[in-house]
Amino acid sequence: MVAGTVGRGVVVVSVAATTRGRFPWVPAYAVFEHYLVGLRRTWRAGVFSSFLLPVLTVLGFGLGVGAYIDQGVDGVRYLDWLVPGLIASTALQVTVGDSTWPVFSNFQWVKTYFAQSASPLRVGDILAGHLAFVLFRVLTTIAAFLLVTGLFGALPSPWAVATLPVVALLGLAVAAPTFAYTASVSSDSWLAMLFRFAVIPMTLFAGVFFPVESLPDALRWLAYVTPLWHAVDLCRAATLGVAPQWSIVGHLLYLAAWAVAGWLLALRAFRRKLVV
Amino acid sequence: MKRFGDFVAVDGIDVEVRSGEAFGFLGPNGAGKSSTMRMVGCISPPSGGELRILGMDPVADGPAIRARLGVCPQLDNLDPELTVRENLTVYARYFGIARRAARERADELLDFVQLSERADSKVEPLSGGMKRRLTIARALVNDPEIVLLDEPTTGLDPQARHLVWERLFRLKQQGVTLVLTTHYMDEAEQLCDRLVVMDGGRIVAEGSPRALIERHSTREVVELRFAAESQEPFADKLDGLGERVEVLPDRVLLYVPDGDAAVAEVSALGLNPANVLVRRSGLEDVFLHLTGRTLVD
Repeated sequence: MVAGTVGRGVVVVSVAATTRGRFPWVPAYAVFEHYLVGLRRTWRAGVFSSFLLPVLTVLGFGLGVGAYIDQGVDGVRYLDWLVPGLIASTALQVTVGDSTWPVFSNFQWVKTYFAQSASPLRVGDILAGHLAFVLFRVLTTIAAFLLVTGLFGALPSPWAVATLPVVALLGLAVAAPTFAYTASVSSDSWLAMLFRFAVIPMTLFAGVFFPVESLPDALRWLAYVTPLWHAVDLCRAATLGVAPQWSIVGHLLYLAAWAVAGWLLALRAFRRKLVV
Repeated sequence: MKRFGDFVAVDGIDVEVRSGEAFGFLGPNGAGKSSTMRMVGCISPPSGGELRILGMDPVADGPAIRARLGVCPQLDNLDPELTVRENLTVYARYFGIARRAARERADELLDFVQLSERADSKVEPLSGGMKRRLTIARALVNDPEIVLLDEPTTGLDPQARHLVWERLFRLKQQGVTLVLTTHYMDEAEQLCDRLVVMDGGRIVAEGSPRALIERHSTREVVELRFAAESQEPFADKLDGLGERVEVLPDRVLLYVPDGDAAVAEVSALGLNPANVLVRRSGLEDVFLHLTGRTLVD
């Protein structure tokens, strides 16, 4: 395998074809794998918070606040009504968190993207691999959420598992444009702004805690524009086992449009930084 | 050629690097070295001119070329969340190398750059020299035919620099083509078979270190230090001595074929320098002569 040894160091030009560089079969998967290896070091803290969050939510909001809401919402117990909203909004939080500072760091601090672009990977591979990892994080977090809330009996319908593909689509619809945004800003203070002016208002007004019908007309339409509301409506339909307010296809197409537009914007923003 | 808006970073350079040689780009900061390296690394499309790497077109065949290149960037971009070994195995996967082969390769390379004992440690606590060696090891995971090194020893202490040089020299012996940029003359003299001196995006000289010294400098240099506020008046008297006289704030340099003969002439002129040093001319003299002594930031 190895040609021989010179002094202390092994001869590094090996004749074996196994270590000859070539274009990987699924290049984005190699990128995804990189982040998974990194996760091996940090997952413990993550797992703890992914279970703690739904437990606290069920106790605090569902049982605490829910005790004051006697008639529930549309005849549904408040906790059961709230949980699907929290599934979608938790997915949103994880997505935006993982699409901001880590992406910014890969450009500015650790410069991982630049190391990757010196390899055979193309810009699209680098982007797709990182997006796949964000989706992985969203899916594992929501799986934990489903497990805990299911044990608390807050998921009346077995259709609840359908929330997983929904949050994956929401993740893509939000992560792709957020990647584009993060790649375009010059300082990380712009990232905190995204939470203040997009994530928090969305979480408050897109039907997570109360029905959007309670909002004045203008605000209600703002809620409809956000990707979060569409995911909330789908998740609620799934966990309660009822029909959504909008057509399922309409919701899916709307979220897909965000994902496609976001992907194109992100690809352009990444190219601007990596191919200069 | 490379243009950024109105700024021309690389303005028409014409070089050919042969397989198996060590080729250097020398120049002050802003000379266009890094822009050139980025173009050769197929991450920066040239704004004009023709560029072929391994017989391929960097714009059309970027991934195929990069699969056969090793790149050691000027600033380390290792992943601090991974261990030393993981930094290599993860990177090997980008080159389509199977997991097991990647692990074997990583151990081989860690041995080569003398980091085997640190294989399972994190990257963060490593010294600058260790990080640099790890970056060089990472550039070798795919068994590259060409290794690009952008200022490989900038910021390292002397021991670390010598270790890096020794490893690079060993690579060269094994037939790997090295392309490097540097502003250290000793580095260029140690490693490069051939080099070009760049300034303002252009090539101002080209050749082997020895040929460059012969062409652009004299065999020897006499450094004279006069015990006076200004060296200027002495320099005027020395005019005509040797091929060239250069006045610095603290000394006068005489570029001459024979240093000792020149020193004799200086005393014959009745001048008494406080300090005399005769030395062989080096690449640094060529470099400073060609690119000037003005500081470029």
